Amino acid sequence: MKSLMYAGLAAALIGGAANAQNAAPEIRFDSMPNALQLPANLYLGEVGGVATNSRGDVFVYTRTGHPTISIGTARPFAHGGSRLFQFDRNGRFVREIGKDSYGFLFAAQVRVDPNDNIWVVDQMSSMVMKFDPQDHVAMLLGRKAENVNVPVRPPRAGDGAGQPTDLFDRPTDVAWDAAGNIFVADGLGNARIAKFDKDGKFVKSWGKKGTANGEFANVRSLAVDAQGNIYAADGGNRRVQVFDNDGNFKTAFTGVGNAQALCLTKGANPVLYVSNSNPPDDIDRDGEIYRMRLDGTITGKFGRAGKQAKEFGTVNAIDCRTDNTLYVGEIGNLRVQKLVLH
Amino acid sequence: MKWILTSSVVLVALATMPVFGQRKATIENVPEISFTSVPNFLKLPAGEYLGESVAVATNSKGHIFVYHRSAQTRLFEFDKSGNFVKEIGSGYYGFEFAHSVRVDRDDNIWTVDEGTNMVTKFSPEGKVLMVLGRRPPAVQGALAYPAGPNAPSQKYIFCRPTDVGWDPQGNIFVSDGYCNNRVVKYDKDGRFVAQAGSEKPGKALGEFNLPHGLQVDGQGNVWVADRSNNRYQVLDNNLNPIREITNLGVGWTVCVSAGPHQYVFLSNSNPNGNMPGTWDITGEIYKAELDGTVLGKFGHPGKLPPGFQVVHMMDCRNPNEIVAGEIESWRVQKLVLQTAGGNAGGAR
Repeated sequence: MKSLMYAGLAAALIGGAANAQNAAPEIRFDSMPNALQLPANLYLGEVGGVATNSRGDVFVYTRTGHPTISIGTARPFAHGGSRLFQFDRNGRFVREIGKDSYGFLFAAQVRVDPNDNIWVVDQMSSMVMKFDPQDHVAMLLGRKAENVNVPVRPPRAGDGAGQPTDLFDRPTDVAWDAAGNIFVADGLGNARIAKFDKDGKFVKSWGKKGTANGEFANVRSLAVDAQGNIYAADGGNRRVQVFDNDGNFKTAFTGVGNAQALCLTKGANPVLYVSNSNPPDDIDRDGEIYRMRLDGTITGKFGRAGKQAKEFGTVNAIDCRTDNTLYVGEIGNLRVQKLVLH
Repeated sequence: MKWILTSSVVLVALATMPVFGQRKATIENVPEISFTSVPNFLKLPAGEYLGESVAVATNSKGHIFVYHRSAQTRLFEFDKSGNFVKEIGSGYYGFEFAHSVRVDRDDNIWTVDEGTNMVTKFSPEGKVLMVLGRRPPAVQGALAYPAGPNAPSQKYIFCRPTDVGWDPQGNIFVSDGYCNNRVVKYDKDGRFVAQAGSEKPGKALGEFNLPHGLQVDGQGNVWVADRSNNRYQVLDNNLNPIREITNLGVGWTVCVSAGPHQYVFLSNSNPNGNMPGTWDITGEIYKAELDGTVLGKFGHPGKLPPGFQVVHMMDCRNPNEIVAGEIESWRVQKLVLQTAGGNAGGAR
């Protein structure tokens, strides 16, 4: 009941959405035990992303350790820190993809496009990496900084709008429209969405740090619907913003708390899952996942912050390829849960 | 005075766009050389990946060496068909941040590493035969990002060196680099002979601002891609400047082909990033005679082959088959150029 109280309190604070949130029915669900089976001596770290392909294979992009910094060099260079694992639909480990990749430092997200290409977003290398289904690097956006600053550089001043390029600053997510245009959430250092054509050529970007419509506290997650509208999780402003395909603001959904992870189902009546992710340092608030229609109506919610099964520790990724079967990646609990909604 | 005029224009451009070094070539009416990119040329073992493929070279058997930045900097050998042969120097002390690999006339493999500040000569089998420079001692800890003017250059210590070449006598030439601005000549035993330039960047002939690529032609003249000066310089064997080439854009890297009639290839690589317009005005590679006569150009930027994403280095042992390594697409492409007489495949 405590989580309900907090949810109600949060809803009351933002006014208009309170009714929808209070009215949202609890969705019954189960967490499947041993959803992913790792080989001995292999562990998940913080799960940046989880995604499935058309065969039901599961891809997990995880922070398995901190990048190491080389000393005794012309500049300090960062190596390693994140890995990409593949499991089959029954959760059996299949293989590692992108072993020792130059761009795998601090996992942000993994997504699978309609052609089963695997797209990896890394927050520290500031790269978006497209692997084809045969695991080859097919396209790269952004470039890893050659060296890291010691001591670390302070956060950049400025508006976070970034350069009109594919040079990102802590990107968080990637999504595509039906034409194959690429949208990158950029992200935590910047606060913009960048659009590229299917060949990776820069088209435009929009957004900067702020609270007005079309501005972001940060862009945590993206989804694109069949009409090409873009849904952007702006958790710091406690909303999901909706844009048309050219980046024009259309509306914002509130009442979903700290929107950190989004997933949009396919099919005729798509639903949007939005995680009100709890902060990594607190499990006594937030944590529930909302289900909503694309008009913004919340139709249900489930879960709460916590450490047990059916509880969540800072959800950063949701896969919803199959209706009512979700994979949820958590930062706080170093795990992926497979959920069945009833 | 024309040079002064041009350089002031560059300064304005740099002040407004500090991170995007690019320049449209001013040369006009250069014929296009048509070419094809061999699909899936390099075949890596399952689970192995190239990182930033900044360096590529072939030996006399057509084997291809790729010195690249993955989680660790690594040196891979492929056969002439692109099949993986082996890794050289796994875990080697002189590997940290790849910049160049070149193969000398005896098929020794030379790596230039701008992280360890070392130039290493490997035998054709991969044994270390000689090293130039020294890795900064680890006991000094992690260095803060260098600030202030460059430290005075030293005979046997490099500062982010970039490339290596040899004259017919075996003398060694090193371009050095990002935090020196000089070209150094050593004899074949690695003893210092002379240098042009210093730690300070400069614009006069014989001075450099980021000498980024280097090759030596059959006459012993030294070709230097003087990147931040947006030019190439040609030096004689004693490092005296002969001439500059200022109309081919930014001057990223240079390659001199083998054989009695040598050609030179010069890359106006597109800058890092994907800024609107940059793909339209840079990214092409020029083919020229040793006297500087430009014969043609080929290539355009793009994320997907046959597009280029910041060509960092070329091999042109066979002037009709260019092997190009790119920074931003983690890729090596083999480019087959069409010659006037028809398909280049028959030309040797």
